[in-house]
Amino acid sequence: MVLLEISNIKIYYYTLTGIVKAVDNVSLTINENEWISIVGESGCGKSTLAYGVIRLIPPPGKVVSGKIIFQGKDLLSMDREEFRKMLGKDIGMVFQDPMTSLDPLRKVGEQLAEVFMTHLKVDQKEALKYAGDLLEKVGLTRDRVNYYPHQLSGGQRQRVSIAIAMALRPKLLIADEPTTALDVIVQDTIMDLIESFKKEGTSILFITHDLALAAERSDRIAVMYAGKLVELGSVDQIIDNPRHPYTIGLLQSVPDLWGPRRIESISGYPPDLRTPPSGCRFHPRCKEKFEPCSKEEPPLIEIEPGHYVSCWLYVKGGA
Amino acid sequence: MVNKVLEVIDLKKYFPVTRGLLDIFMRRSKEYVKAVDGVSFYIERGETLALIGESGCGKTTTGRVILRLEEPTAGKIVFMGKDITSLKPKELRPLRKEMQMIFQDPYASLNPRMRIGEQIIHPLLIHGLATPKEARKMGIEMLKRVGLTPAHEFYDRFPHQLSGGQRQRVVIARAMILKPKFVVADEPVSMIDVSMRASILDLLQGFRKEYQLSMLFITHDISIGRIISDRIAVMYLGKIVEIGPTEEVIKNPRHPYTRALIDAVPSIVRRKRKKKLRITGEVPDPRNPPSGCRFHPRCPFATEECSKTEPDLIEISDNHFVRCYHPLAPE
Repeated sequence: MVLLEISNIKIYYYTLTGIVKAVDNVSLTINENEWISIVGESGCGKSTLAYGVIRLIPPPGKVVSGKIIFQGKDLLSMDREEFRKMLGKDIGMVFQDPMTSLDPLRKVGEQLAEVFMTHLKVDQKEALKYAGDLLEKVGLTRDRVNYYPHQLSGGQRQRVSIAIAMALRPKLLIADEPTTALDVIVQDTIMDLIESFKKEGTSILFITHDLALAAERSDRIAVMYAGKLVELGSVDQIIDNPRHPYTIGLLQSVPDLWGPRRIESISGYPPDLRTPPSGCRFHPRCKEKFEPCSKEEPPLIEIEPGHYVSCWLYVKGGA
Repeated sequence: MVNKVLEVIDLKKYFPVTRGLLDIFMRRSKEYVKAVDGVSFYIERGETLALIGESGCGKTTTGRVILRLEEPTAGKIVFMGKDITSLKPKELRPLRKEMQMIFQDPYASLNPRMRIGEQIIHPLLIHGLATPKEARKMGIEMLKRVGLTPAHEFYDRFPHQLSGGQRQRVVIARAMILKPKFVVADEPVSMIDVSMRASILDLLQGFRKEYQLSMLFITHDISIGRIISDRIAVMYLGKIVEIGPTEEVIKNPRHPYTRALIDAVPSIVRRKRKKKLRITGEVPDPRNPPSGCRFHPRCPFATEECSKTEPDLIEISDNHFVRCYHPLAPE
């Protein structure tokens, strides 16, 4: 069952120095109870895509075209009030810096209770009881309701922000680099926590620059480069049988404690998205490029069931 | 023992905690954050030691104290056979060109108003090692060496015109132009995009071979540390808990903390692994570190002994030291 369907979405930033095509014609579906990770480097558009789903693109950014269908409803054409009611209830969001979603001047318990009071119309006493239950659920002690965010460690704060995002048991949790600011041991426990919600039926849209982190817990991985989706498939398809030269390069650049002791860089630098390269956006850095690459954009084609790649190498008959 | 470029003996750095007026009035005793609390190690000529640990473990402070960017509270720093622990700034100056630092943030460690070339040759001019004309030539050579070409163009650019990866190359060029004997690299690739990290590490490796450079490579990322180091030291709460040859420590960690740290690192190769040593809780307050072994409150193997007296760092196999009463069995 499809939960979220993103089709042909374009998100551009209209800056003074030009139009930044941050997300350019990306389509992706997320099924019920599925963990999908979007992997890419800074500036590839992975976060912009996630923010697009919850309509949080800051100006001068704009969703230029495309559709985002969630449980049969078009999120982009929904009116503001209806969308606001749905956010939190059906879609939760966790950010890299938990302080983005926490109020430094209010106790953790109040902030959690607010969710229940707003959406479930319960009184404060009952809401605080729910808040305590929820803190226990995310691995904190009940007494933390009386703490201010600054009294908690980074990992504990991220637990609180996950608690807020998951308070109403949304169908979809969007997590934008939720562990990037944390130490590895804490990261692992936060990943366990997110996974525990997936086991209870929530779908996860996980944004990360860390391919290894994505590989450990996802069902599928989508690789983005310079605003484009370049490869999509199951974890095993992407890791064991990567097809796009960028994915292959990325895999060779990730150090692994159990892999070879050498890593390779991808030569060159990611492009300026105000003036992206013609044709395939990766072609200036690509070792495999040939005639069509700089001329025309490659289509996203299915090369084996469920495994999609956007690269001229796999288009039969060339351009 | 001529080979030791650097030796650190029982190094300590305590930072006083700011006291309020009430604390002084009430005669509350002064509190200290024991950032580095008795650290000893050496680095041989041409060797890289990776200092690994989580945030707040004291790894960065260790690096800064060694270069005397912070004053040590106690202990000894011996650099190229000379005790530099209490040298005056003036006496230290001639040694400065032999020891350099590469910082994590390439955006913060360059002067935004100075041209790239000028920043690179600045150390040469300060130490009076070249005339401005010679320095310019050396600067351009260095830009080529770190892969910023066309070098003449990069020479006159400003930092804001460069990407993060390019800036880090400039920082490395500036540190290397003096041909130092020793460099402290503090998380030099953690702000660089994944696809470009290898080339920065290769650059450091190249200089290391060429100059017989010794390096203290500080990182939170043990998988990055593995790529560049000969030996690894793992720090926890101001102490080294394990130190040994890189592959040996990773394949046969003997301290439970090292094991937990390694198990928590995401791995593509072992992505389906289920068995992990999980530890609970968080790093305690460094003002009041736990008694005995500092890791004991989080350690699944802790016994009464562990909470009473601190274990010594003992050699458990060849050149592999661990600070634990109940070291794990090798695999």
